[in-house]
Amino acid sequence: MHEAFVSLRAEAIRKWEERQQSTIPRILVGSATCGCATGALDVITAIEQKLQETGIKAHIQQVGCIGMCYAEVLVDIIKPGRPRISYKNMTPETVAELLEDYLLNDNPRPDLALAVIGEGEVEGIPNLADEPVFKSQQRIVLKNCGHIDPESIEDYMAQDGYMGLVKALQMQPQEIVDIVTKSELRGRGGAGFPAGRKWNSCLRAAGDQKYVICNADEGDPGAFMDRSVQEGDPHALIEGMTIAGYAIGASKGYIYVRAEYPLAVVRLKKAIEQAKEKNLLGENILGSGFSFDLEIFQGAGAFVCGESTALVMSIEGKRGMPRPLPRPRTTEAGLWNKPTLLNNVKTFAYVPQIIHKGADWFTSTGTEGCRGTAVFALTGKIKRSGLIEVPMGIELGKIIHEIGGGVLNDRKFKAVQTGGPSGGCLPESKLNLPVDFDTLVEAGSMMGSGGMVVLDETTCMVDVARYFLQFTLEESCGQCVPCRLGTLQMLEILNEICAGKGREGDIELLVELGKSIIASSICGLGKSAPNPVLSTINYFRDEYEAHIKDRACPALVCKDLIKYSIDVEKCSGCGLCRKNCPTEAITGGKKEPHVIDQVKCTKCGICYDVCPDRFRAVACFTGKEKAAV
Amino acid sequence: MATVKVNINGMDVQAEEGMTIYEVAQSLGIYIPTLCYHPDLSTFGGCRVCMVEANGEEVTACRAPIKDGMVIKTDTENVSQMRLINVELILTNHDQDCQSCARNNNCKLQEVSAFVGVTPERMQRLRRVITNEVKDISNPIFQRDFAKCIVCGICVRTCEEINGIAAIDFGFRGYKTTISTLGDKPILESKCESCGECVERCPTGALVVKGQVIPEREVKTVCAYCGVGCGLILGVRGSRVVSVRGDRENPVNNGHLCIKGRYGFDFLNHPERLKTPLVRKGGVLTEASWEEALSLVAAKIKEYRDNFGPDALAALASARCTNEDNYLLQKLFRSLGTNNIDHCARL
Repeated sequence: MHEAFVSLRAEAIRKWEERQQSTIPRILVGSATCGCATGALDVITAIEQKLQETGIKAHIQQVGCIGMCYAEVLVDIIKPGRPRISYKNMTPETVAELLEDYLLNDNPRPDLALAVIGEGEVEGIPNLADEPVFKSQQRIVLKNCGHIDPESIEDYMAQDGYMGLVKALQMQPQEIVDIVTKSELRGRGGAGFPAGRKWNSCLRAAGDQKYVICNADEGDPGAFMDRSVQEGDPHALIEGMTIAGYAIGASKGYIYVRAEYPLAVVRLKKAIEQAKEKNLLGENILGSGFSFDLEIFQGAGAFVCGESTALVMSIEGKRGMPRPLPRPRTTEAGLWNKPTLLNNVKTFAYVPQIIHKGADWFTSTGTEGCRGTAVFALTGKIKRSGLIEVPMGIELGKIIHEIGGGVLNDRKFKAVQTGGPSGGCLPESKLNLPVDFDTLVEAGSMMGSGGMVVLDETTCMVDVARYFLQFTLEESCGQCVPCRLGTLQMLEILNEICAGKGREGDIELLVELGKSIIASSICGLGKSAPNPVLSTINYFRDEYEAHIKDRACPALVCKDLIKYSIDVEKCSGCGLCRKNCPTEAITGGKKEPHVIDQVKCTKCGICYDVCPDRFRAVACFTGKEKAAV
Repeated sequence: MATVKVNINGMDVQAEEGMTIYEVAQSLGIYIPTLCYHPDLSTFGGCRVCMVEANGEEVTACRAPIKDGMVIKTDTENVSQMRLINVELILTNHDQDCQSCARNNNCKLQEVSAFVGVTPERMQRLRRVITNEVKDISNPIFQRDFAKCIVCGICVRTCEEINGIAAIDFGFRGYKTTISTLGDKPILESKCESCGECVERCPTGALVVKGQVIPEREVKTVCAYCGVGCGLILGVRGSRVVSVRGDRENPVNNGHLCIKGRYGFDFLNHPERLKTPLVRKGGVLTEASWEEALSLVAAKIKEYRDNFGPDALAALASARCTNEDNYLLQKLFRSLGTNNIDHCARL
């Protein structure tokens, strides 16, 4: 068995090295879904065109996402004898210019460059490893994303790929489970349940047939970590699941992936085929006698199917509704009532490296109780949005200010929302907290699957709570009363508060309802749905009070509570606001002060935005000021 | 069956292992409010109104099995508060015109609301949220009024578990969740057999018989439609049969009925219904007394047997008679000397 693998691996490394030593330049384009959405495919077309026009020979390679969304489209160029240079925000025009300058004339264009990746120096271009965005990151799960060709098993094998599986196949199942237990790996789906305990329980469960399921139903708005792993490094997931299958004695695995991730589905399918071709998956893997088959199951778009029991029902062809307690554990009676091991994409993706490098290697990162790294999708009002991987225990503020580069447009930080729609909002005073499963829960939020949305001073916290609640209430399975109707009731109250119709006692009512929904809902969705409301009330109660008592929205967001007005003293009658107003609510002659017709005004704020800085004649009012204008 | 000891509301009791908290409480006469529980069906656990405290944790009494040494409290402040809020939430989403509702005074939601202590003061704090005002009147017998549906799923389980049809299931998501047929078509276009088992079990006025009249008294009888002989309880108003329900104590049907037995009673009050035997006189069927009709039949039987032998006779029994009637018929004809006996159900 080992010999067969050794030759496969040697061949993969040989091809990889050959490519590194290539005499023609290589162009890597980040073309995961995120890259494609920013125009990576157009950039690739432009590159192909330019190469044809100029006759330059180069090899174009599509790679996964390296995580720097703010800099997409990313194009990396590796010229023979030169380090790999990553170029940011490429467009068809700039990339054509770059190819001409760098490949024809050897000008590396430091003005377009983001950084040098890996070893080597280029004058005027910093090294990515020294940049604030990368300095504090540590990449385990994302280590291959953006570096290898996700559609090539050989690329993966050249980076220690499938070494974990080979090692595992030479061990007893219990030994593998023991390593996972010793690594203190906790499930990355959100709750942080110890993976070793789950694996052990599944190994011990009696059953002629067992299943491994990967929960890739990543549904949180603003979260895309699992997609990135599937699109950028699908073999890591497949290898992790195969090891799990061997460890618990399962012969069949399912990847439950959102149908909204078509590229992930394509790449996973391809990866499964490749692994089968190389006998790293399928019948009698590497002659070990162990057989494991993987099937992709596409979810139909229900957020609640990310809940394990609902997910299992969905695969069984039933309506995805979480099973109420008391119920048997999924590890004992899961899919088709057989023992089932269900873990998140990232959890499985850690496993090959843990087996390959050992439990101690993994526990050397992170904190006591929370080992390894955490992957976050950093979005919102942040300068450097993207996918980051940091050691557990890193300070929350460091993520935002160092890695993220601080708040967009240098506005004032207000809060950070972690854990997706089920998480909570943490204020500035909590930025010194270490990021791990338990600390975030204590602070009233959660790690969840890893969404992290930064909010600035222009964000209304009541409105934010309303946004997240709207999401969960629409995604409730509708089974239990508190979740189905309680969240709806809370939303109605928030709608009225935002419309200036809030009543005395509404804040207390929201807290009362929220606590009851948490206590009496069936599943995690209902039990966490009120979190955005409760945490914003906890940390930003004054904003709720301003809405209710003063009919004021301090962040000037809630349309029913604000009013735009033009200062006749300051207005020079330039007409910009009048021309841009979508509802023709603004009137005024040339060089005469303009006036807003409040009946026609939809409070879109365009006039405020377009009024030139030298006049600043448009102002927005709320509360008492609004009444006075 | 092994017994276990539990303490419920301070009382030490013994109960059979495998029973749920709800079943134990009920056997002791302790009331726990429920909306989605039904003794004939599997448990659902969705209404969250039967929450009780067991060993310090809040659980649904309908699903939680008892364990030895379990300490159960059915009326703590916490569970009372949760039940109250959950019932209030249902009411915010419920058509509350109780007076005109066919289920008035026979409504589980009214019963539970009263028990948990819903008050106008507390309700005023909440917002009305009507999510579904659709009425499905496609079925000639019963109607579905979604403004009164509390999505307890009793109808869904009834259709699947009692009648084995599964014509309905949960449809849509979140607060739009409703009970739906395949493709959300009107119930008449679904595979519903109109057996009415769901209508019978609906805890609110969401499923009611059209033009329902409340009987003044009830009479026990056996269904005359087929040989199964289901036990019926007829609801009578004056001299008119106005409703039928299954007799849960009848061992034949345990309360279940089919569409004919439950809803096919209009013929009882039909003007053309036969109330006396008819005898053909001069080619015309004429009303006759039982005495006259039976005497004629006896005379004819005797005449044919004497003239042509007993095998000139034959009897055809009816599926609409009871088993006992059919038994007696064959007994009579065998005693007359013939085995020529048949039954319409054999065809």
